[in-house]
Amino acid sequence: MNLETNYLGLKLKSPLVPSASPLSSDLGKVKRMEDAGASAIVMYSLFEEQITKENRAMDHFMNVSAESYAEALSYFPEPEQYHNLEAEDYLEHIRKIKETVDIPVIGSLNGISEGGWMSYAKKMEDAGADALELNIYYVAADPDMTSDKVEQMYIDDLKAVKENVSIPVSIKLGPYFSAFANMAKRLEAAGADGLVLFNRFYQPDIDLETKEVAPSLELSNSFEKRLPLRWIAMLRPHIKASLAATTGIHSAEDVIKMLMVGADVTMMTSALLREGCDKLYNITEEMKIWMNENEYASVEELKGCMSSASVADATTFERANYIRILQSYKMDSLG
Amino acid sequence: MKRPLVTIDANEAASYIAHHVNEVIAIYPITPASPMGEWTDAWSMAGKKNIWGTVPDVIELQSEGGAAGAVHGALQTGALSTTFTASQGLLLMMPNLYKIAGELSPAVIHVSARTVASHALSIFGDHSDVMAMRMTGMAMLCSNSVQEAMDMAMISHAATLESRVPFIHFFDGFRTSHEVQKIEQLTLGDMEEMIDYDHVIAHRNRALTPDKPVIRGTAQNPDVFFQARESSNTYYNNCPGIVQKTMDRFAKLTGRSYNLFDYHGPEDAERVIVLMGSGAETVHETVDRMNADGERVGVVKVRLYRPFDVAAFVKALPQSVRSLGVLDRTKEPGSAGDPLYQDVITALQENRVEGYRKFDVEPKVVAGRYGLSSKEFTPAMVRAVYDEIGRDKPKNHFTIGIKDDVTQTSIEWKNGSGNGRSVAKSGTADKKQGKQKLFEGLFYGLGADGTVSANKNSIKIIGENTDYHAQGYFVYDSKKSGAMTVSHLRFGPDPIRSAYLIQEADFIACHQYRFVERMDMLRNARHGATFLINTQYGPDELWENLPDKVQQQIIDKNIRVFAIDGYQVAKDSGMGNRINTVMQVCFFAISDILPQDEAIAAIKDAIKKTYGQKGEAILKSNYAAVDNAVEHMFELDVPGKVTSTRKMLPPIIGENTPEFVDNVISEIIAGNGDDLPVSAFPQDGTFPVGTACYEKRNIAQEIPILEPDICIQCGKCAMVCPHSCIRMKAYDEDLLADAPPEFKSMKAKGREWPDNTMVSVQVSPDDCTGCELCVEVCPAKDKKQVGRKAINMDKIEPHLETERKNWDFFASLPEFDRTQLKTATVKGSQFLQPLFEFSGACSGCGETPYVKLVTQLYGDRMLIANATGCSSIYGGNLPTTPYTTNAEGLGPAWSNSLFEDNAEFGLGFRLTVDKQTEQAQRLLREVNGSVPDKLKDALLNADQSDEPGVFEQRKRVAELKSVLQDAGGENAKDKSVRQLYSLADFLVRKSVWAFGGDGWAYDIGYGGLDHVLSSGRDINLLVLDTEVYSNTGGQRSKATPLGSVAKFAAAGKETAKKDLGLLAVSGGSAYVARIAMGANDTQTIRAIMEAEAYPGPSVIIAYSHCIAHGYNMKYGLDQQQKAVDSAYWPLFRFNPALQAEGKNPFMLDSKPPKIAFKDYAYNEMRYLMLSKSHPEAAARFMEQAQKDVNERWRQYEEMKNVYEPKKEEE
Repeated sequence: MNLETNYLGLKLKSPLVPSASPLSSDLGKVKRMEDAGASAIVMYSLFEEQITKENRAMDHFMNVSAESYAEALSYFPEPEQYHNLEAEDYLEHIRKIKETVDIPVIGSLNGISEGGWMSYAKKMEDAGADALELNIYYVAADPDMTSDKVEQMYIDDLKAVKENVSIPVSIKLGPYFSAFANMAKRLEAAGADGLVLFNRFYQPDIDLETKEVAPSLELSNSFEKRLPLRWIAMLRPHIKASLAATTGIHSAEDVIKMLMVGADVTMMTSALLREGCDKLYNITEEMKIWMNENEYASVEELKGCMSSASVADATTFERANYIRILQSYKMDSLG
Repeated sequence: MKRPLVTIDANEAASYIAHHVNEVIAIYPITPASPMGEWTDAWSMAGKKNIWGTVPDVIELQSEGGAAGAVHGALQTGALSTTFTASQGLLLMMPNLYKIAGELSPAVIHVSARTVASHALSIFGDHSDVMAMRMTGMAMLCSNSVQEAMDMAMISHAATLESRVPFIHFFDGFRTSHEVQKIEQLTLGDMEEMIDYDHVIAHRNRALTPDKPVIRGTAQNPDVFFQARESSNTYYNNCPGIVQKTMDRFAKLTGRSYNLFDYHGPEDAERVIVLMGSGAETVHETVDRMNADGERVGVVKVRLYRPFDVAAFVKALPQSVRSLGVLDRTKEPGSAGDPLYQDVITALQENRVEGYRKFDVEPKVVAGRYGLSSKEFTPAMVRAVYDEIGRDKPKNHFTIGIKDDVTQTSIEWKNGSGNGRSVAKSGTADKKQGKQKLFEGLFYGLGADGTVSANKNSIKIIGENTDYHAQGYFVYDSKKSGAMTVSHLRFGPDPIRSAYLIQEADFIACHQYRFVERMDMLRNARHGATFLINTQYGPDELWENLPDKVQQQIIDKNIRVFAIDGYQVAKDSGMGNRINTVMQVCFFAISDILPQDEAIAAIKDAIKKTYGQKGEAILKSNYAAVDNAVEHMFELDVPGKVTSTRKMLPPIIGENTPEFVDNVISEIIAGNGDDLPVSAFPQDGTFPVGTACYEKRNIAQEIPILEPDICIQCGKCAMVCPHSCIRMKAYDEDLLADAPPEFKSMKAKGREWPDNTMVSVQVSPDDCTGCELCVEVCPAKDKKQVGRKAINMDKIEPHLETERKNWDFFASLPEFDRTQLKTATVKGSQFLQPLFEFSGACSGCGETPYVKLVTQLYGDRMLIANATGCSSIYGGNLPTTPYTTNAEGLGPAWSNSLFEDNAEFGLGFRLTVDKQTEQAQRLLREVNGSVPDKLKDALLNADQSDEPGVFEQRKRVAELKSVLQDAGGENAKDKSVRQLYSLADFLVRKSVWAFGGDGWAYDIGYGGLDHVLSSGRDINLLVLDTEVYSNTGGQRSKATPLGSVAKFAAAGKETAKKDLGLLAVSGGSAYVARIAMGANDTQTIRAIMEAEAYPGPSVIIAYSHCIAHGYNMKYGLDQQQKAVDSAYWPLFRFNPALQAEGKNPFMLDSKPPKIAFKDYAYNEMRYLMLSKSHPEAAARFMEQAQKDVNERWRQYEEMKNVYEPKKEEE
């Protein structure tokens, strides 16, 4: 049984890749994930905004009350040396992971400014990352921000990073574009070696007791894979770059379905957080059983067999699907 | 060898030497010596080694007494050891100093000489602390300047090792300790050269060791003690010679020559002043000017004060001297003369016997006193002293610098301007005529805006980039919120000896526009000076927005005016509201000290040094600020005449203000305190209460605005307001007849109110500091727009006038009858008038809400003993006092004794109250006929356990007093009537409290606190636990939590917080509670009321968020909630009274951990910064802290079981 797949030009031993999550911050867990069958590891995201914000906050609170009262000219000892102000820990962690495991390590960078991207991308490459995943986490809430500008920002950010590093670069996106297929194509043209579909945006809830917005993070469920599944199926015939499916991958079945619509790898976190790193082993084994039963000899064979180019009625992935469901719902409810 | 020139203050200079030549350093914070401990701690933390290659061990003790004990122990066992202190701290070391000296242990203690608290505390400088040490046997060496602080520190360390006599090395607190100067720094090579290693070995060889044991510290009897005491004489006889020899070696090494007594002046001087400390430099400077004008005057600077070398002293004087003015910077009340004067008299008398020196005529000696508590000592005053001692009959024991219109001790000096700070005219002329002149600049900044940091930076830039000498001195505010700082900067080609504030400035910068209305800044402007102002007004609006007086000064003095909207530029550059860089660039751009390009390059270089390791983003914003500053500054076209309708603001606001407030307090507020004569002041330190309300500081940019339609009248906003600016009042509807049209009132909610009761929640706009705690705590949200609460912050300008009128009306409404209120509830308690208001505490302070609440509940009958610290500073720092009275004139009686003795001080209050109550009751029983039996019985058996009970008793006491008055009152012939009349008020129950911080309760005062808790006496101790020494700048205490960063715990505190609560519980007889208002305000009130009701000692430990925790204080209550939710701060009450009732006395009032400790801790910089400096330790501590929290919580749950009453066996 050959589970090998090719992602961003990297040869991976299987399509199972843990996505960016806190799991990768623990060296022991990284090792366990490798042992359980992870074929590459995406690092937890380095948040450019957070670095800047923390540095500013520290400077502010160390100085805000200083030099105003004769008995207390300051309230904190000034550290002789600061640590990790420019994400040195993160870079060091990449180095350590590289030393610990044999699988490729993909750095993950989350930010929006052009300058920040470039310097950190380069630093990650220097630290030994085999590839980079740009996580452009942008919510276009500004009413004056046009879709043109948003799209251009993605393209510019990607280009800036590509110019500065020689390792492959993927881009992790949300689904909220007016013309996603075209956007995907443009990103590919701008140099993306892969697209990671999709980002799960933070969706706040309301606490009815306090009447406050309650930030909470829910783990994904299997149902949520439908969105990436559908888009990968539709994009696969048009995109040569790698496609990674993420969000809602919880079982061998989920993995197989994603591969069938054309994903090169599948990425997961929720399943691992819920059930532990060994889940990777179980999925791999179940995949093998299914492939055996269904007479697939390799992942390569499986990949794309049900993309929109390969199914009999491509529109099932498109609008018709939606209409049909709605209509049946309507009829049901009327009936 | 070329030595580096460094720009530092004397604390750093002295501790730099101390750190390099010691092995064990015991420290304890006290102003103004704290930075010496902080420096040595920081250096050791950074692994900096001493000259023998080891990193000195720096340890913080629990008090100065402890530090001295540790030093003593270290010395006895052969280490080189030092400590740093001042004022009462030095006094606490005194017993050990006798021993250290008696045992001839070489050591140096560095002292930033500070006033010892007498009629009042003062953090400023004079020699009263060191002069109190004369008897100890310590040698005393004085430094007059920053350079000398380094030099004399070196000389004293070298001399003590050779002489074996231990030294106090001292310099003037603040004036020298905090003055920044460019000085030459000694090298490690210099230190090695100066310290003779043989003496170090000799010291080690004398150490106590089991390898060759000896005994020290014996007890001796009358037969031998005396002789043995005299046996050390040789060492004292030899000491001055050794010091002089050391000074000579030092001179050879560095070129700076010192003598035991240094004379400066012509050989034929007839008038000579003798003094020591920074004032000697001012006299030196004035001597030069006077002699240039053809006079013949000189000065003797006393360096080695003890042992006093008589021969060296008289030899230092010129033979021609006819009159000596001996100036002491201390007061020894009731003595024949102040200390230095007496020494000089003695020396001259001995000279007559011994004949060391023959003078042309026997000089007459005149004593004078100057500069107590850093009172200014200027060249004009020096001239006045020379004038006085030149008279035929000079005033002896005079004072200079004040106007004593009571005992007439003061001598006059010539004032230039009204403030008494006029410079000697000839000096000014010299400066004007010289090629290069002295530059003097004054900068008025707001505490938080970075003005002082920027100025310290500017001095370094000028110091490092030019050959100029540079001096910086900084005057801070007595308030901690909205504080003003004034920086005094001097630069010039000659050494700067001016140890006094700038009198005429070439440059004046106003970094806050609103100061221009409050401070007469331009009174110190020299003719043709430059004025820089940070203002939102543009070129067309600025002139009209300057007060008329300022306009007049600008025209009269021909002042050039430059302006910039610093806040806008800072904001646009990504600097938030830190305007320091912007204003610094403007200063360099228009001051011509450095060419502009060079200055900007130097500023950028300094920025890189300061912020280079703080992250790219911060660096970039600072650079942007530099580039934007020059571009946005403009010069005002000054019109030729005054056109403004704006007036300077009066210092106090209010009608019918008391006379004392008008005549004294307002002058102090206005900055004219120096002009007040002796007669203006109370002789015993007694000041009126309730004066903070007249100082309308108007420092908030935004204030809370009430929405009555949303308000639920819960009282939470009023409860948490740290400055008592939001209040709630209930009143009859009829009273609204005279209300201003925009006065907000609501129908009282709840069934407890009489019909027609209205409620108002009102803010005092001029007293609010804009901290936002009230808005954060407000639970009432607009149903249609939940972001809108019952109170919301809004810009002050559109509301100011309305809210002022509303506040005045609100204040005029009578207080609601307190006997009718449910005071045990949050809501009910907030209808009580706070008798603590408008203090100078930090904006958003976490301590003051508790203090205020206690005064609401018991202020009309309470006595407060207050430990030194934040609460004594915001509670009692002049000019104004926040403790106040109610309409009947009743209010808290407050006093501060010391830092260490507060529980005992408060116990003293209780002892008096108990004794006087007992006497009053006895007298009442005994008093004959005049008092009706019914009244007697009622008075003696009154139930005063609640408000109505106290109220009724107060009425009875009034009745009693009126009966006694009829019987003659205090003039009655019947002694028992007279006595009872004077003690009658004690029949009303008093509430005795001791307030203080964790430094007091956990550390320095713990012994006393522990003792009081087991005394059985009815006293309530309120511990305002900020978990650090807040007032002295965030040093660790035993209340500091594991893993948090504090001064002296820069790598994170490695041990858990001491559980004062459980320790107190274990005693078994005290009421104990741990509270956090932000987590459970009802429990807070309940605990306070139970503590007060408990007939024995009580201690309440109150979580107090603090600026030393490092986050926005508006989230203070939120953090309190998290502290409790994480079970880091379990709420509990332990009431032994319940045990007697067969109930469980231990009440755990909070729930098991809901959140992780880190989710609480990592909102605060004190924890977070460790992850940025020592990430591995941070992770380890965080894990340990969580374990500790879990374990502690288990213990608390166990406590419930332990105290569960045992069921009677069937």
